[in-house]
Amino acid sequence: MTEMKRRTFLRAAGGAAALGTLGFPALVLGAARRVVVVGGGVGGCTAAKYLRKLDPSLAVTLIDPQAAYTSCFMSNEVLSGERTLESLTFGYDRLRAHGVQLVQDWAVGIDPDKQQVITQGGNRFDYDACVVSPGVDFKWEAIAGYDAQIANERIPHAWFAGPQTLLLRNQLQAMPEGGHVVIVAPLNPFKCPPGPYERASQIAMYCQHHKPRAKVTILDAKDAFSKQGLYMEGWRKLYGYGTDNSLIEWVSAAAGGAVEELDPDTRTLVGLVEDFQGDVVNIIPPQKAGKIAFAADLVEGDWCPVDKGTFESSRHPGIYVLGDASSAEKMPKSAYAANSQAKVAVAAIIARFRNQEPGDPTFVNTCYSIVGEDFGISVAAVYSLDSDTNTIEPIPGSGGVSPTNASPEIREREVSYAHSWFKNVINDMME
Amino acid sequence: MNKKNTTMPASVRQLLLLACALLPATAAAGPTGPTGQALAFTCAGCHGTDGSSVGPSMPAIAGMDPEVFVDAMRAYREDQRNPSIMNRIAKAYSDEQLEAMSWFFASQRLRVFPQEYDAALAARGVDLHQAYCEKCHENGGLPGDAGTLAGQWIPYLEFTMEDFLNGKRQWPRKMKRKVDAAIAEAGDQAIPALVNYYGSQSSTAATGATGATGVSADQEQ
Ligand SMILES: Cc1cc2nc3c(=O)[nH]c(=O)nc-3n(C[C@H](O)[C@H](O)[C@H](O)COP(=O)(O)OP(=O)(O)OC[C@H]3O[C@@H](n4cnc5c(N)ncnc54)[C@H](O)[C@@H]3O)c2cc1C
Repeated sequence: MTEMKRRTFLRAAGGAAALGTLGFPALVLGAARRVVVVGGGVGGCTAAKYLRKLDPSLAVTLIDPQAAYTSCFMSNEVLSGERTLESLTFGYDRLRAHGVQLVQDWAVGIDPDKQQVITQGGNRFDYDACVVSPGVDFKWEAIAGYDAQIANERIPHAWFAGPQTLLLRNQLQAMPEGGHVVIVAPLNPFKCPPGPYERASQIAMYCQHHKPRAKVTILDAKDAFSKQGLYMEGWRKLYGYGTDNSLIEWVSAAAGGAVEELDPDTRTLVGLVEDFQGDVVNIIPPQKAGKIAFAADLVEGDWCPVDKGTFESSRHPGIYVLGDASSAEKMPKSAYAANSQAKVAVAAIIARFRNQEPGDPTFVNTCYSIVGEDFGISVAAVYSLDSDTNTIEPIPGSGGVSPTNASPEIREREVSYAHSWFKNVINDMME
Repeated sequence: MNKKNTTMPASVRQLLLLACALLPATAAAGPTGPTGQALAFTCAGCHGTDGSSVGPSMPAIAGMDPEVFVDAMRAYREDQRNPSIMNRIAKAYSDEQLEAMSWFFASQRLRVFPQEYDAALAARGVDLHQAYCEKCHENGGLPGDAGTLAGQWIPYLEFTMEDFLNGKRQWPRKMKRKVDAAIAEAGDQAIPALVNYYGSQSSTAATGATGATGVSADQEQ
């Protein structure tokens, strides 16, 4: 079958199954099974696409308030000017072509007994299985004086790609020559562990070209961070790290980097040891699962516990929580992780519909960071489930970070791998 | 675009592939652990859905010969190739798992995507390919007993050739002699010509290729 014919066939099959008018296999057993997916990010889109790919008889509905997905991954490149926000934005029409029904709305509740997702618009969607992948929300209370409104208007977190990313970019451009950029990095766990350091690097890259006397300070709530050795190697090579003229400075929690309070008017951050004042301030607050996870009673503490073999909530059966919102130790909160988890959940959902046991899961994470021009680094892991402890364990002897002091040619290639990874991950989510 | 390629002999390999494609995915895997399909699904973040990459420096692996796949993954696992993220990932898999994944990819239809290429170089590349490469990389380098070249991304092909030429990847038998001969004939242009030729085929070739059934790209140009 050609691609076109296949598409048309799938769409017809899905449509017919949903309407219950034709004798497709699912209808022999009753109505088509319905899966409602909450959140059209990496986890949600991948799940919706693969549900339809692996079982075209399923009626899949995806609920997201946006008409398009704007990826956080690669959004640090908007800050250096290497790419536009538009290049990160992908309409959900791509998923429609897979036969996914799109609903533009917020999910505000899930009724696990009636098996319904409730939206802000007042609609209820019946499900036989529900996938929840809402990403993160912020713990605003962690830094006194900082709140959602200040973030929107003056001191962006830019941890969701969108208007705040552009606000931060504009502030960098408007910053005086020799200005000071302060980035506040959160405690673990949070979305994209290497992200704040890639961000510092991309801002340094911008400054190097346009404001060479500027300075970037990272105030950290931690004493160590992801790919630290490689970042510092890159910073030494590219930005004079460790010298008096370094473009980047990192202040660990122990050295006084943990921040407790913000004065938004003077852009002053109060640390334990001293205060820091910035011309541009970017606060990445500590995080927790997205709001709907709390509203639907899927959390314990800040995150959603799941059976790691299936990603089914351990609080409400039939609901599968993926991506950043789940507690999926030892996987990081990354796009690749969400993509990998979605396929495990999809296989488990389909197995359940067929009264089969779920297969053994397997997971991969890879994450690239672009430290500067022609300087990319990466981390990778392949995991398997330890079902005794319900933990996702890296397979011994595999994975790890890029070699230290690699040749310039390897570092340059990792940048092109990062960009290719971006295209493939988006493609696998929705194309 | 799908047409039987009558020039390709019906080898045992293809029969096996066909058999595998018709089996449920679970049958390709070993008795325990994740299925070949589950293992292969995790590759999509870098190699595209079912192995058809849209990222210019990542190779397409759909339709790849199972033996070529396993050999490549073993070479990565043993650090015999220029260190990329693949070396670190390959170390996680047993021979049986690699085999299970290889059958999955072999039974996938290769989709290739148009890319920019230098038409003059590509034209030069056709002749070089015929003279030096076609014997092993049959049918213009479509998926077969040797690595897929037709429709492969140009940046990926460039990286690969750089690695061969810089001694960072072992030459397969006879390949060095053939490449040396191509360089003797066309000098500095040899590699760019070949690479552009293979890359150029994405606009005309391979959209219907699958190793599984011996159905191959539409070669009419
Ligand atoms: C600056 C930055 C750089 C990053 N770089 C990388 C990288 O290089 N590699 C990598 O692997 N990861 C990276 N990440 C992490 C990656 O973005 C996340 O881990 C990934 O997006 C998680 O997917 P998700 O599905 O859990 O959530 P998201 O992708 O955040 O999607 C959540 C979706 O849910 C929707 N939603 C939320 N609440 C509701 C509701 N109540 N109803 C309906 N819809 C709702 C939102 O609109 C959104 O579309 C980066 C993140 C940042 C911030």
